[in-house]
Amino acid sequence: MTIEIKTSTLEPVRNTFAHIERRFGDKPATRYQEATYDVQSEEYLHYRPLWQPEKLLNDASRTAIKMNDWYAFKDPRQFYYGTYVQQRAKMQEVAENNYAFFERRNLANLLTEEMKAKLIRYLVPLRHAEHGANLNNMYASAYGYGTAITQACLYNGMDRLGIAQYLSRIGLILDGNSGDSLAEAKLNWTNESIWQGLRAYVEKMTVTEDWFEVLVAQDVVLDALILDLFYTQFDEWLQANGAQDVGMLTEFVQVWAKDTNRWVDATLKIAAAESDENKALLEQWISSWKESAVKALTPLAEEMLGAEAMTQASAALDKRLAKAGLFK
Amino acid sequence: MAKKLNIKDKYRLLTRDLDWDFSYEDRKEAFPFEEFEGIKITDWSKWEDPFRLTMDSYWKYQAEKEKKLYAIFDAFSQNNGHLNVSDPRYVNAIKIFLTGVSPLEYQAYQGFAHVGRQFGGVGARVACQMQSLDELRHVQTQIHAMSHYNKFFDGFQDYSHMHDRVWYLSVPKSFFNDARAAGPFEFMIAIGFSFEYVLTNLLFVPFMSGAAHNGDMATVTFGFSAQSDEARHMTLGLEVIKFLLEQHEDNVPIVQKWIDKWFWRGSRLLTIVAMMMDYMLPNKVMSWKEAWEVYFEEAGGALFKDLARYGIKMPKYAETIEKEKEHISHQAWWTFYTHGHAAGFHTWIPTDEELDWLSEKYPETFDKYYRPRWELAKKMEAEGKRFYTKALPQLCTTCQIPMLFTEMDDPTQICYRDTVYNGDRYHFCSDGCKDIFEDEPEKYVQSWLPVHQIFQGNCGGPDVENVLADFYRMNLGADNMDMTDSPDEKRWKQWKGVA
Repeated sequence: MTIEIKTSTLEPVRNTFAHIERRFGDKPATRYQEATYDVQSEEYLHYRPLWQPEKLLNDASRTAIKMNDWYAFKDPRQFYYGTYVQQRAKMQEVAENNYAFFERRNLANLLTEEMKAKLIRYLVPLRHAEHGANLNNMYASAYGYGTAITQACLYNGMDRLGIAQYLSRIGLILDGNSGDSLAEAKLNWTNESIWQGLRAYVEKMTVTEDWFEVLVAQDVVLDALILDLFYTQFDEWLQANGAQDVGMLTEFVQVWAKDTNRWVDATLKIAAAESDENKALLEQWISSWKESAVKALTPLAEEMLGAEAMTQASAALDKRLAKAGLFK
Repeated sequence: MAKKLNIKDKYRLLTRDLDWDFSYEDRKEAFPFEEFEGIKITDWSKWEDPFRLTMDSYWKYQAEKEKKLYAIFDAFSQNNGHLNVSDPRYVNAIKIFLTGVSPLEYQAYQGFAHVGRQFGGVGARVACQMQSLDELRHVQTQIHAMSHYNKFFDGFQDYSHMHDRVWYLSVPKSFFNDARAAGPFEFMIAIGFSFEYVLTNLLFVPFMSGAAHNGDMATVTFGFSAQSDEARHMTLGLEVIKFLLEQHEDNVPIVQKWIDKWFWRGSRLLTIVAMMMDYMLPNKVMSWKEAWEVYFEEAGGALFKDLARYGIKMPKYAETIEKEKEHISHQAWWTFYTHGHAAGFHTWIPTDEELDWLSEKYPETFDKYYRPRWELAKKMEAEGKRFYTKALPQLCTTCQIPMLFTEMDDPTQICYRDTVYNGDRYHFCSDGCKDIFEDEPEKYVQSWLPVHQIFQGNCGGPDVENVLADFYRMNLGADNMDMTDSPDEKRWKQWKGVA
């Protein structure tokens, strides 16, 4: 049985905004559509930026990738601000419970000093790489074109700040809030030879001009390799060596990567499917950044996991590239 | 037991400590825009974080706010909340908001993303990033708040298209384009400080208070929901100016010049808010003059007293601005009334009750200069001779507002200024706008002036009617002209069951 409340229904004059209707027809629109499509100003901009006078304020030519319609980059998660923060809030609630449980039960005490040292050497320095990812995604958000892709880059940029902060908290759990482990991890990041390849790669991205190339170098190439090395292979190693509880502290990143990769893969696929020129350019960028990334990460991967680790990570990346229709 | 970290130390470890000194690339190439404005930053580590919010807390707080906000939006549309507004004339105020203000929130998102990437100091960068995300929130929630109105009223439907083209919307658009085209520090003084810290109570707040007084639950709920975001933005604006002034004494004259410029630009931009408050709200909140006195003269005055210790003075033209509060709302609404066919919203003659209210609120000027015009308009309308100006107005090259302002000491004389640059003559509405042009002529000669563009044939034509209908995509007589007998009014009467 259902009950029926009598309401007065008024016939609307129109279903949605005119630009949404022009794209999707005269029917009720979703909140994602109204919040996303054609929101960014495209024409009749007034002044060229003093900081880049050869370009317009909103200028599609800040990348060599060409799109007939930049709003082709539909986010499969359909994130606008409201859905984005609510999704992340759910994830952070789980993470908060995990961190609280870990601390309440003093699970750090179950880790040997040797294991703690490994975490400080291999996992905690990644917070700086995440900070680089924050800069790079902000870059794509600031200089990219069309709300569909730039809003997703902004969400990703803020996610990376959040991840850098979660990784820092792992350090604080290990050192009892003294901050010593963070200082040590930073020293690893700036001085230890195994980290220098990655640091050089990250620094290189921050001086790369084409924002789509930056996105490829960061979100496609580097993130796929890091995900596999640290959050799959190193995670398995931790499980096999009595440090499985650490998984409670990195679960956020694993769930996040699953969600974010849906967007990254879709973005890559859409850009590649647009034209042969785009596809060739993406393949060229990916090949060259992948080569540097593999070179950069190999010493770290070998010391952390062994000789096969890098090959395995590389294969994980290749699988995703093939799914996006590249290198075929 | 682990020791307890205070918030400042925790924030330092979790956020400020993430950056590092580059070894493999030149850091100046990664943050290339910090020096060309002449601002001297000697030590970014002196930046005091205006709020110490980590991302996990940000997600948590903001998600709670969003959940409540969207629950109200849903209830609002389910129950036809638009029927509860005080009077259908009110809806025209939020048409101005969606077409003129919401796109600025978008530009704020873009501008803060830019500086949130470019500042060399991680503390400042992250604070700007959060504001960037907040601003994206604001434009999207505003679109969602107005989405229901768009289904029942005319004039909202092509807000984005109109914002890029329509003559009076080039005023707010060019204001933000100007700030974003400037260097990163000027952007922060323009938007972070002048706009968000000092002028927000005169822009954002009047619209939200107008919504509260006129039964607009969707908009006012957005306003309340954005309040804590705005509070964060204000603390950032204040920190920016203090930081710049404390970093180096050479920064003081540069910052002063930007303050002079952006307060003048800002006061010009607020003309439309003045008009909205005095003429468009069926239930008035306060007069523009009162708002200006409370929020600018008192609050702003106290702020500038506080900044005097750095050598900062009240913005230039403060005396002119003080006189303008008596006039600008009347001059602007008259302009829109006489160009009612070219506006994206309806216009009307104030009721007798409203005329009396204006006389009471503006005892020095209204009866003397402005009431007689409305009495004349009333008489003409009664005789079936409703007046529309056929000519296109001359625009000020800087603020892009039609030349509607008078000399403040002689309100019967339109104020004209001009200057010659590279052999061309440029026109201005005021000394303030002329000075701004003369300081950066190469920037302002790029202004996309809608009337010039129409005359140059860049906006379709051949007639103004074609420009309005085809280029602006305005539905003549539905989206604009008189409120009386408009489709908006007819539908309202039908919903309310009145003849």
